[in-house]
Amino acid sequence: MDTTAPIVATPATSGEVLVRVSNCRQSYHKESSADLVVLDNVDLTLSSGEIVGLLGRSGSGKSTLLRIVSGLLKPTSGEVMWRGVPIRGPAPGVAMVFQSFALFPWLTVQANVELGLEAKGVARAERERLAEEAIDLIGLGGYENAYPKELSGGMRQRVGLARALVVHPDLLLMDEPFSALDVLTAENLRTDLIELWSERKLPVKAVLIVTHNIEESVLMCDRILVFSSNPGRVAHELAVPFPHPRNRHDPAFRQFVDRIYGLMTRRETPPPADTAAEQKKPPFSQALPELPMNLMAGLMETLAEQPYRGRADLPMLAGSLQLELDELLPLGESLQLLRFAELEEGDVRLTAEGLRFVQSELDERKQILGASLMKNLPVVTAIRQVLDERWNHRARAERFRDELEDHMSPDYARRTLQTVIGWGRYAELFDFDEEADQFFLDEED
Amino acid sequence: MQPMRFTAMRVPFNASVETRPNLFDFVAILLMLGAAIGIGSIARHTLGPLSAPGATVIHLRASYLPGYAVRTTLRMFAALVASLLFTFTYPVWAAKSRRAGTILVPILDILQSVPILAFLTFTLVFFMNLFPGQVLGAELAVIFTIFTSQAWNMAFSMYQSLQTVPADLEEVSRGFGLSAWQRFWRLEVPYAMPGLVWNTMMSMSGGWFMVVASEALSVGSTNVALPGIGSFIAAAVTHRDIAAVFEAIATMLVVILLYDQLLFRPLVAWSARFRFETTPGAVAADPWMLALLRRTRLLNRASHLFSDMLTSVGGLPLGPRPSSLKRVLVPQSVGDGLWFGLLGLLALVAAWQVALYCRASLTVAEVTHVLLLGVYTMIRVITMIVLASLVWVPIGVWLGLRPVWANRAQPIAQFMAAFPANLFYPLFVVGIVHYHLNSDIWLTPLMILGTQWYILFNVIAGASAFPGDLLEAARNFQIGGWRWWMRVMLPGIFPYYVTGALTASGGAWNAAILSEVASWGSTTLTATGLGSYIAEATTAGAAGKVGLGMVVMSLFVISFNRMVWRPMYGFASRRLTFA
Repeated sequence: MDTTAPIVATPATSGEVLVRVSNCRQSYHKESSADLVVLDNVDLTLSSGEIVGLLGRSGSGKSTLLRIVSGLLKPTSGEVMWRGVPIRGPAPGVAMVFQSFALFPWLTVQANVELGLEAKGVARAERERLAEEAIDLIGLGGYENAYPKELSGGMRQRVGLARALVVHPDLLLMDEPFSALDVLTAENLRTDLIELWSERKLPVKAVLIVTHNIEESVLMCDRILVFSSNPGRVAHELAVPFPHPRNRHDPAFRQFVDRIYGLMTRRETPPPADTAAEQKKPPFSQALPELPMNLMAGLMETLAEQPYRGRADLPMLAGSLQLELDELLPLGESLQLLRFAELEEGDVRLTAEGLRFVQSELDERKQILGASLMKNLPVVTAIRQVLDERWNHRARAERFRDELEDHMSPDYARRTLQTVIGWGRYAELFDFDEEADQFFLDEED
Repeated sequence: MQPMRFTAMRVPFNASVETRPNLFDFVAILLMLGAAIGIGSIARHTLGPLSAPGATVIHLRASYLPGYAVRTTLRMFAALVASLLFTFTYPVWAAKSRRAGTILVPILDILQSVPILAFLTFTLVFFMNLFPGQVLGAELAVIFTIFTSQAWNMAFSMYQSLQTVPADLEEVSRGFGLSAWQRFWRLEVPYAMPGLVWNTMMSMSGGWFMVVASEALSVGSTNVALPGIGSFIAAAVTHRDIAAVFEAIATMLVVILLYDQLLFRPLVAWSARFRFETTPGAVAADPWMLALLRRTRLLNRASHLFSDMLTSVGGLPLGPRPSSLKRVLVPQSVGDGLWFGLLGLLALVAAWQVALYCRASLTVAEVTHVLLLGVYTMIRVITMIVLASLVWVPIGVWLGLRPVWANRAQPIAQFMAAFPANLFYPLFVVGIVHYHLNSDIWLTPLMILGTQWYILFNVIAGASAFPGDLLEAARNFQIGGWRWWMRVMLPGIFPYYVTGALTASGGAWNAAILSEVASWGSTTLTATGLGSYIAEATTAGAAGKVGLGMVVMSLFVISFNRMVWRPMYGFASRRLTFA
């Protein structure tokens, strides 16, 4: 873990400790096998005066941690203290902003904002005054009587913010608050929020924000916790040394973003204790993202051409392809898994095999992919083997899904199998009958 | 007036539940049979001493009709209130308590397959014993019948909404610490509202049929004629007064028109506000009644005052606040053990009771006979659904693809579905008697008379929702004729069609009890089938036979649902929806 550099930018760092999460672990019980661990051994301390970012890939458990901090979810083990007291149920000084906005479609802007106050039993006149205040602060004045469906995405998220701020929470939790918005709207809302925070107009003491956007986290946060996946752990902790307002074109800023890219693509060197277990990985443990082969082929073609000539800097590539980290990294990792590319220190490099793929015609590509799948994806090997052995060359998909579920959540198992089906079909290794939920071999081949 | 396009897209209440029958279905059947036998035995013992309540006279004069219409309508609303009370309690309990849910949901599922009119044999006697010699008992029995035609459906809608409340809104309300009461009124009820309103209105449409049917009845020696349109038409039939039949139909037209315009349309349009999609959908114009309510100052004030009041009641901090720390009095496994043990015990007692009863009063021959009658009625239902589909699917598609026509036809089809078709029965019977037709064949269309409209308006809704680009593609590739129907249109409207056909078939089973026996004056026509068996047993007051018929019909309906409609619906929603 990186040593935490002294935090420069937050004047109120010495503030009181609001939340202390120690040794937290979250797992889901599974009947068939070992529990599925989502979060493992996570520590987190939040003090007043700071904006902290939880950065990681989807599935790294960062949203789970957010819900644990809010008291919506009770961790399997570990302790969560709110101002020194263990929390039971939703913490009173915490308000949350959702990725989906989570507005009540049958309530007006005003009524949505008043909801939290109402639950607290605040009198009507007071409620209206506070709501007015929050609505004006967040730039929603004039929209009080609108229903959510009349508003644009940006305005809806402003309602979500106002609803959270109106209760004057000590801690504001934000769960990917800008990722459902387009680039410009997100930028506009981020800037407004940071401005209010810098001018100390936000009625909150600290902010905890979950994101998968590296730039966003560097733009907003004083401290960033980088999560690794499977199980979710805090892999790195970084203090962001820039004062607000930050300039994303500043070379130092770019360098910082690059450094995080490097951290997130670094080959994980497992701690010595785990080495033995790591090498004997169970054959099905690899979860796959939902990626169509054409997208991966497109990326390889791009990499092979000018100006990259087989090697690209990830942040640059992300910028020019307009992909988010959360989209680009799984792509790179899948290519790495198939030995078509390598990820190293924030760069992606095409391998010889990858280059051969790009330079081949479609039929040859199918063969190259087929060979790679059979060699590198145990689940594909297993499916093909079963199909070859059966007299009718058919096999139920359920058994493979079950086996995958021993290592991942049912949702991931389903997605992984979906990807396997897509890749297998591209390579013409096998076909799939969705209605019967069976793999089969096309007899004509 | 705009058609309400979303209307038919709602998942039919009994199609989206678990398909496989499980242990709890079986337990539910046993418990209910036990209860039925219990009530039935009370009925048997008390049938004798009861005499008809102070013989209500029905006047066959048109001037009495407005008054009768009001009384009929009042019964409908009394039943509606009862159904709403049920809807806000039973399904809420089933949804909130895992243990209660395991038995309450199957019970509900079975209850909605029980033929409604068969309940009357048991409930009429029960209620008349509660208030001996008073009309109130009969009134309650009729209201209860209407209640049984509405409540299960509404309860299912509520239960399903409660099960599917969006997770993020759930988190908001927990995060802000809304109490159980506040969460119910701020989140769960509004979320359930569109489905509930739609199902309530559909149930009310079915209810008109039941109120007409149940106002004039005889169960054994108990004859009831409560002043209302239903008893008016019954009297008209007895006196062979064709003019009075037409007067009753005309009066009912006015009643249904008022109900449609003043209640149905405004309510459904109003409930659109609670629909969960946050995208602005196609905005239909307000029905005139709703526009009037929204724009008229005084009414607007009043409704604001009313809604403010409701808002503050819903905001009361009642009930427990959310907390992740549950006080555990009894360990879960022990609690489960006790609960399921109790259920098992009850099931055993019920099974014992059923076995005793069957041995005492049922013969194998009788059961086989009734099963055979069930097959006859089933053949009728299937034939009628097929015929109605052959007629209404092409018409519905034609109308649905022409927005102007769809807008005109949709309200008419919904109006027809609400109109109690049994008012038309005498006209058919007159025809059959006059031309000496075979009643086994010609009484059959009566069962689909009222429910065929569900097929029509669902198909219209499906065709008007059919994506325009697919139609253009079909035209571009010159797909026509048979291929157009098989490859393009029928798969596209299939989910809607299944919804409509399922409702129509359920309604046809219920209507069989009324339509397989029909009379005109002293002439009585009978079609051999399970419906006429139940109807005749009811008139004879033979509770045992009614019970047997009721169970057999429920079995047919349940197996029909599980083996035909649910798989079809599952297939439709897996394969044939536009994602």
